[in-house]
Formats: sequence, C-alpha cells, structure tokens
Amino acid sequence: MIEIDDVSRLYGGVPVVDHVTLTIQPRTICVVVGTSGSGKTTLLRMINKLVNPSSGSLRIDGEDIAGIPAYELRRRIGYAIQGHGLFPHRTVGQNIATVPKLLGWDKAKTADRVDELLTLFQLDPQAFRDRLPHQLSGGEQQRVGVARALAAKPNILLMDEPYGALDPVIRAKAQHDLLAIQRKLGTTIVLVTHDMEEAIQLGHTIAVMAHGKLLQSATPTEIIGHPATPFIAELIGSSERPFRLLALSRVADHIEPGVAEGAPIDADASLRDAYADMLWSARSAMPVTRHGEIVGRLTLDALAKLAARPQ
Amino acid sequence: MSWGIAIRLVALVVLVVFLVQPELFAGVFGALTQNGQPSIYNQGSLLDITLSHLGIVAVATLAATLVAVALAIIVTRPFGAEFLPLSRSLANIGQTFPPVAVLALAVPLLGFGTAPTLVALFLYGLLPIFENTLTGLTSTPPAVVEAARGMGMTGWQRLVRVELPIALPVILGGIRLSVVISLATATIGSTVAARTLGEVIIAGLQSNNTAFVLQGGLIVGVLAVLIYDGLSALERLLLARSGQASRANA
Repeated sequence: MIEIDDVSRLYGGVPVVDHVTLTIQPRTICVVVGTSGSGKTTLLRMINKLVNPSSGSLRIDGEDIAGIPAYELRRRIGYAIQGHGLFPHRTVGQNIATVPKLLGWDKAKTADRVDELLTLFQLDPQAFRDRLPHQLSGGEQQRVGVARALAAKPNILLMDEPYGALDPVIRAKAQHDLLAIQRKLGTTIVLVTHDMEEAIQLGHTIAVMAHGKLLQSATPTEIIGHPATPFIAELIGSSERPFRLLALSRVADHIEPGVAEGAPIDADASLRDAYADMLWSARSAMPVTRHGEIVGRLTLDALAKLAARPQ
Repeated sequence: MSWGIAIRLVALVVLVVFLVQPELFAGVFGALTQNGQPSIYNQGSLLDITLSHLGIVAVATLAATLVAVALAIIVTRPFGAEFLPLSRSLANIGQTFPPVAVLALAVPLLGFGTAPTLVALFLYGLLPIFENTLTGLTSTPPAVVEAARGMGMTGWQRLVRVELPIALPVILGGIRLSVVISLATATIGSTVAARTLGEVIIAGLQSNNTAFVLQGGLIVGVLAVLIYDGLSALERLLLARSGQASRANA
C-alpha cells in the first residue's frame, strides 16, 4: 500500500504538487491523469524519491520513505519511463539485469530471471538477449524497458507516460499486455498519463490532477458517472461518456440466454466493441461465443441500459 | 574502403622497412643531396629516434588524458559545477600558450632533455580532450540518465557504468586530435635536447641536407596519418557497438 499524506512540493515558492492525499491499494493499478503542468509526474517521482516533498509524508506498507536511502528505495521500486531510457551500450539482457546486478544477485539467478522476463513479454530470449536496444522496434524497446523495471520483482511499479511514444496499434497491445502481466504478478502499479482513455482502460482507480491539486480519486465508473468537477467531465468528453462506460465491461458479464443471428462476438471482448459491431451490422442482438462455442446472446436493449449514467 | 585500407597497409609496411633498413632507400633520397652528403640520417638509429618520439607523445597524451578527463568529470558533477569556467580557462590557456614558449620557460626549471617537451605537449593536449569529454558527458540522453537514477544507481555507478561508456567514443575523438597535434609539435622538443624526430630535421637544416629534412618530416607525417585513421576507425567501431551509429558520421 502506498500512502501519500498531505504532500506538497514547491519550486521557487510555487506549489507544483499542492497538499495531495492519496492512498493506493496493494495489487491495483492507479492511473494519475492530468494535463501537462498538473504535477502528476512530480507526484510520481516523489514515490521513489527522485523528488523530495517540501512537506507531508509518503509511506510504503506503513514505512515512511523519508528514512530509506534513495538508491535503496529505488532498487525496490520498478521505474519505467517514456522513451524507455534503455542503456544504448548494453545488450537487452544486460539492460534487464541492471537492478539484479546492483542488488548483487548471482549470475545464474540473474540469467534465469532475464530469460523469464523476456518470455513473459513475448520476446524470444535466444533471439533478443544479446541484441542492442537500437536493433529493436519501438514496441520491443518499450517492452524491454518494462521488463527491466520488473527485473528485481518489485512490489511497486511506477510508469511515467510509458506508451507516449508508441503508435496507436502497438499502444493498445502494450496496454492489454500490461493488464495481463499485472493480473499475473499482482504488482501495484502507479501510472501517469494525460490520456483519459488510457486511464479508463487501465485503472482500477483514477486520480485526476490539475494545477498541483488532486481533484478526484475514484473508480473509472464513478469518474465517468459522477465527475467531481467540470474539468474532469471535460477530460472524459460528454459525447464519449456512454461508450467509455461500455468499454469498462466485458461481454462475458452480460450474456443472456437465447439465440441471435449473424457473426458472433467473443465473451472476452468489451461491450463497446459489441455495441459498435451491432450498430454496424444493423442487428438488435448478437450471439456470444466462448472458446468457439455459442453460450448465449447479447442484446442492444441491455447495452442501452448499461450505457446510461450509473445511479 | 578496401582500397583505403590497402593504401594504409602499404604505407605502414614501407614505413617499417624504412625504419629498420633505411639504407635500402639510399637511392631514393640520394637525388636530394649535394656534394656527396650522406643520403640517410647517420647520427643515430632512425628506429630508436622514432620509438623515442612515439614514447614522448604517448606519455604526454596519457597524462593529458588523465587530467583532462578527471577535470571534465569533476566539473560535470553537482559539487564541481562552479569550477567549469575556471577549468575551461586553464585548458584554453594550455592550448593558446605557444609550446616553444613553454619550452623556453621550462628549461631553466627542469633542465635540458625530455621533461620540458613532456610539459609542453601535456599542456597543448589538454584542451581537445577536456572539451570532448565535457561534450560526451553532458550529451547523455536525458531519459537514460533518468532511468539510471530511477533504478537506484549511485552517482559513481552512473558515471562508471553509464555516462563514461556512452561518452567514450567522443572522448576518444579528443584524444585523437591531441595525439596528432602532439606528434607534430614534439619535433620542436629536439631544440632542448629531447630525443624526437625533430633531431633529424634540425640536422638536415644545419647541414643544408634536404634528404634529412624530408626523412624526419615524412616519418612524422605518415605516423600522424596512420594513427589518426586508426583511432578514427576505433571510434566508429565503439559508436556502432554502443548503438550510437547515427553519431558515427557526425
């Protein structure tokens, strides 16, 4: 658990982070959203002491981080940034092994961990271990960057606009993979982004910041349904609200018994995809499949109710 | 490319043969002598003098590298930032102060021989290495430095494992400039009795023997070209290996 307690950071007397209090539950993804200059990156960098708070305190699992030497704390916390920051002169394997080496892991354990992570990120260890970063595509570099951040099995992973430099197709895949990896490892992730869409897709909780202040911290459903300020509503976009709400749920949770005509949709798809598909094919219901077998149907009426503002 | 390597190899072989068996070239240089002067330098072994010349340049460059790199490291750390202007001035003075003047000033203090030449070459070689190291250390990509800090590297670990290796090709570029300048400048060391190829040139000037002058000059020139090209190739290799190939042609 990360507890941020009444934390401020001043630069030349001007607060960049202004009395923020936020608790991040273990094993969840918390996405901090804000425009540039909102203080979101500064807040993130205070968690691993790249920036020290001017006032207030931060605790990780109850321990005040002020008492932990910065380099020691950072080795316990994964850190992935925009533009990946891979060491250009080190191979992929050496890059991933950075923190284990700092912690003095033995060679065999480190090598095993490198291969394990490469496999987890769908990069063949044999082919990628000895390549240099510049020999990889942007998406591969980004994956290696996250693998490097996770190398020493940290409980916490901090990510600063990790997908900012990726094209939309690769970004969607990277986000999908991150969710799968988070579910598998149970890592607590704090991710900073300016993209509300990304926040809604990834976050268990979303913390919205503006001008150094925390405006609202809540679940995506709550943020979409009951934005605390007009600014948050604007970030979500009023015409997008119902679709963003649908994007949060999966088809699997809303299957009805019955039959329907036309092409089926997979139970793992989002309701938003199902809705688009139904509108496009001019149907009022569609069959749902799981592992290739039809298990029921989804109706337009049901979707219409789900897309309405939550009470 | 392969032609370039072939030409340099031929130059190297001719140079080595000439240094080991200079008499073989007596005919070539004979045309430049008058009144039965010797056509090949005969007041010492050309090989020994060349090795001594290279040795002096190597020692002076090594010392200049150690001091210039250390200075550049200090002024790029937070605690040393305020020494940057001072260090720059020192390196600049070293470069602008004429080596001949350094020799003249150093002889009364250090006596005749190799020492004054070493001092002159050391001072003359500082600036290129200092400036290049500074450039290399300050142009590390910000995301790389941020990642290194964020992963918990200490300042020393960042310097040794990240900043210096990435800056190495640029530092080597400075060393290359410094070596070539020193190779040529070392010849004047012979005026204060340092054993360099300047000895051959001066002997030729004194006895009006063009063959001697040409021999001394050619050896220095060919050495400079070969060493310059060799270090350039090493830089390109380092750049490519450190994933900075785009900087290789800069």
